[in-house]
Amino acid sequence: MSSASRMRLRGIIRKESLQILRDPSSIAIAFIMPVVLLYLFGYGVSLDARNIPVGIVIEQPDTASDALAGAFDQSPFFKPRRFDAIQAARQALDTRDIQGIIWLRSNFSSRLFSGQEAPISVIVNGVDSNQANITRGYIEGAWLAWLGHFAAAQGRPLPLPVVLEQRVWFNAELSSQLFLVPGLIAIVMTLIGSLLTAMVVAREWERGTMEALMATPLHMGEMLAGKLIPYFVLGMGGMLFSVALAVWQFHVPLRGSFWVLLVSSALFMLVALSIGLLISVVAKNQYVAGLVAIITAFLPAFILSGFLFDIHSMPTVVQWLTHLIPARYFVALLQTLFLAGDVWPVVLTNLGALALMLVFFTLVVWRKTGSGLDD
Amino acid sequence: MVTPSALVFADVTKSFKRKDGKIIALDGVSFSIQTGSVTGLIGPDGAGKSTLMRLAATLLQPDNGQVTVMNLAGDSQAVAVKSAMGYMPQRFGLYEDLSVAENLALYADLQGLPVATRPARYAELTKMTGLAPFMSRLAGKLSGGMKQKLGLACALLRSPQLLLLDEPTVGVDPVSRRELWQIVYQQVAAGMSVLLSTAYLDEAERCDQVILLHQGKVLGQGPPEEFSQALRGRIYRVTSAGYSSRRLQALLSHAPGVVDALVDGDAARLVMATTTLPDAQTLLPADARTSVSILPVEPRFEDAFVARLKVAPAGRQSPLSMGKAAKVPKNSADAVIVVRDLVRRFGDFTAVNRVSFSVQRGEVFGLLGANGAGKSTTFRMLCGLLPASSGQVSVVGQDLRRSAPGARRHIGYMAQKFSLYGDLSVMQNLRFFSSAYGLRGAHQAARIEWAIETFELETYLNANSGSLPQGYKQRLAFAAALMHEPEILFLDEPTSGVDPLARREFWVQTNALAEAGVTVLVTTHFMDEANYCDRLVIMAAGEVLAEGTPEQLKARARTKAQPEPTMEDAFIHLVEGHHEAAA
Repeated sequence: MSSASRMRLRGIIRKESLQILRDPSSIAIAFIMPVVLLYLFGYGVSLDARNIPVGIVIEQPDTASDALAGAFDQSPFFKPRRFDAIQAARQALDTRDIQGIIWLRSNFSSRLFSGQEAPISVIVNGVDSNQANITRGYIEGAWLAWLGHFAAAQGRPLPLPVVLEQRVWFNAELSSQLFLVPGLIAIVMTLIGSLLTAMVVAREWERGTMEALMATPLHMGEMLAGKLIPYFVLGMGGMLFSVALAVWQFHVPLRGSFWVLLVSSALFMLVALSIGLLISVVAKNQYVAGLVAIITAFLPAFILSGFLFDIHSMPTVVQWLTHLIPARYFVALLQTLFLAGDVWPVVLTNLGALALMLVFFTLVVWRKTGSGLDD
Repeated sequence: MVTPSALVFADVTKSFKRKDGKIIALDGVSFSIQTGSVTGLIGPDGAGKSTLMRLAATLLQPDNGQVTVMNLAGDSQAVAVKSAMGYMPQRFGLYEDLSVAENLALYADLQGLPVATRPARYAELTKMTGLAPFMSRLAGKLSGGMKQKLGLACALLRSPQLLLLDEPTVGVDPVSRRELWQIVYQQVAAGMSVLLSTAYLDEAERCDQVILLHQGKVLGQGPPEEFSQALRGRIYRVTSAGYSSRRLQALLSHAPGVVDALVDGDAARLVMATTTLPDAQTLLPADARTSVSILPVEPRFEDAFVARLKVAPAGRQSPLSMGKAAKVPKNSADAVIVVRDLVRRFGDFTAVNRVSFSVQRGEVFGLLGANGAGKSTTFRMLCGLLPASSGQVSVVGQDLRRSAPGARRHIGYMAQKFSLYGDLSVMQNLRFFSSAYGLRGAHQAARIEWAIETFELETYLNANSGSLPQGYKQRLAFAAALMHEPEILFLDEPTSGVDPLARREFWVQTNALAEAGVTVLVTTHFMDEANYCDRLVIMAAGEVLAEGTPEQLKARARTKAQPEPTMEDAFIHLVEGHHEAAA
């Protein structure tokens, strides 16, 4: 690298850094956005079913039905309300005060003790199907537990041939916080890498400064590098800040190696930046650049990366589509590194995919930027 | 062999692909410019000036032909070319969130100015441009004139051999323009070659050479005097005792042998087709011939420009008929617009400072000033679009901000940049604007018919207004503002970005409206357009510096050294006087 080239690169880097420091929105996206998103998703949004309001209708209270209701009372998953008649409970379900009804008819105890089948009616509000499934599952769990106690108290073995012995690995508390927070880092980095970069380059076109830059001996490579380096640093800063928040504020365990995390993040940051540059080459005004970045980079990272919605439960076509989203690989890396550890087959596969994407996008950017003012 | 040319274009063609086909921006352009001279690139909007500049700066490559800069090939030696030239794009290419010093440092880095020589060079350039006291100020907080000088300083950092300036003086105040020219002359004296594009025709006369560009073709190249001298004996100044200059102009523009007629203060200025002395008998109707004076005057570059580009004599043969507005009696004692002690502050910045003036019915009243002088802010307060911080505004006795919407029926408003619906066709725009003003049925149809005929929009009726040439956009916007036959017209920078021919046409129409009794309030930053107004105020930094007729204002600047001052001279005289008074 010649000294003139070094001087030009230094000039661009200094200019970009000054602009980042003077523009409150870049700092906000890198450091305030992570805080807002982490708190929002860490505390506000929860995919867990806890304290589900359910109604228990006991038409004829006695010891057996009280014991069953007690099982619901003690469960951390339910917040039961007692009803005397099904009508009142139905009304509460209609107004969404409760999510489900457990209905013990008047003959429940007599049938139970006489050794006949004692049916329990369970009604679940199926509007939110996900919530309905979770609620149903937990209700089943609760009455299975009660059945176990009941059998033990009666001195009889439980008439079930198979007993489920559950172990949840990696996220033993089944806390969605632990699952969401690492994925958020991918979102923050996508915003910095793609949205911010696309907007700042488009701004240069809009204000006519790009033309002035291109009229100097500045090479395209120097300009790209000079733009990328400050935003790379900003993005990595945002990443480290998010990791620190995740580990110390939300107590997400970092089971994998920090260095592997750093390398993965750096690689993803480069991919995100190259997408941002590509968008800015195509869209030469900030408004369009912003929209394109949100639709092609941010929303897919949010919806299709597996950060929020499980990829395996998506339709097959959409599953294929997720392979085109770089954030998908990074979210997989983040979740593995944070919750499971350095699982090398997973880490290497995803790193490989990111590397391929980087090569692809860099080539496209390189080809596209050459055309300059010509369109 | 080494040629002495700083820049050579040899049969250069450049086209751009667009959705609706190919646009040929430059078509077989050939010229060369001499080392150590100032060459002006002059042409109407869309003539291809910016494309030519970008080709010279090797930002674009030609489809055909060869560009040679300082004996370097524009294609294979582009990097060497970029090291040898300085280029200032439109809007100066500055980073508004960087300070003056930081902008200079950035371009010094990019141009590879050795670090050791920088302090001396910065000192030299900032002294020359007067920027020395503002080194730590953000470029975005500089005035238009100072931005322009900073852009120039950035382009000059490495003392380029060729300096390219793309419309460096657009919207900049006349004092800054003059200072820019002084800097350019200093550089040329030191051996630099300068190519400068401009839409201001009076700047052509400041160049050593002029290249006239029109529709992508070079129409002529030579010293500016050569262009204007060709018209010697064809330019006349006509006055008539009983007739206003405006009536004269309207009569003369359709007289036989007249290429062009325009209002020039209290007279009409004629460009004739031949050098034979025109005769009042053939030019004017009988009642206008009393005490007529027809005097030959010195041709200006503008006359040459118009004579070359104006192929057919004024396309519009019938004078503008304004319908109802024409019936408004002209009563000079009747002030329709009164502004008293008007103030508008934005935070701690005073955009308009105690402005007062009044406009009589049937007058063309101008607000003249550079960008940022407070013209548009004053305008928006008059139209009721912006509340005043203090002071009084009345339009036909009402404050439009508080009055009922019905009061606006008397007002026609043409906003800057024309505010048309770009995705609607010309016809759809006309329909929309006429119905927005409450026109219905046969009356609406008649007005639309009138607009199409008067502004010759027939050929573009089904074209989207966004794709129209600038001159036609202006016509359409003008037509839209006139649909409801307003008595008062507010025109905000109606001629900005419009080429000189379309500008003239616009003024012909405006004059016809005023003749019909419509009151016109117009803002402009073109100093020469002041001559078309009955009266005007000159504004700078939010204040009114002077009010009067064009002749009165010009007379103020008359000195022995300057017996025939232009409006620009008058403006500079006033601004300088104002500064001295303030100091």
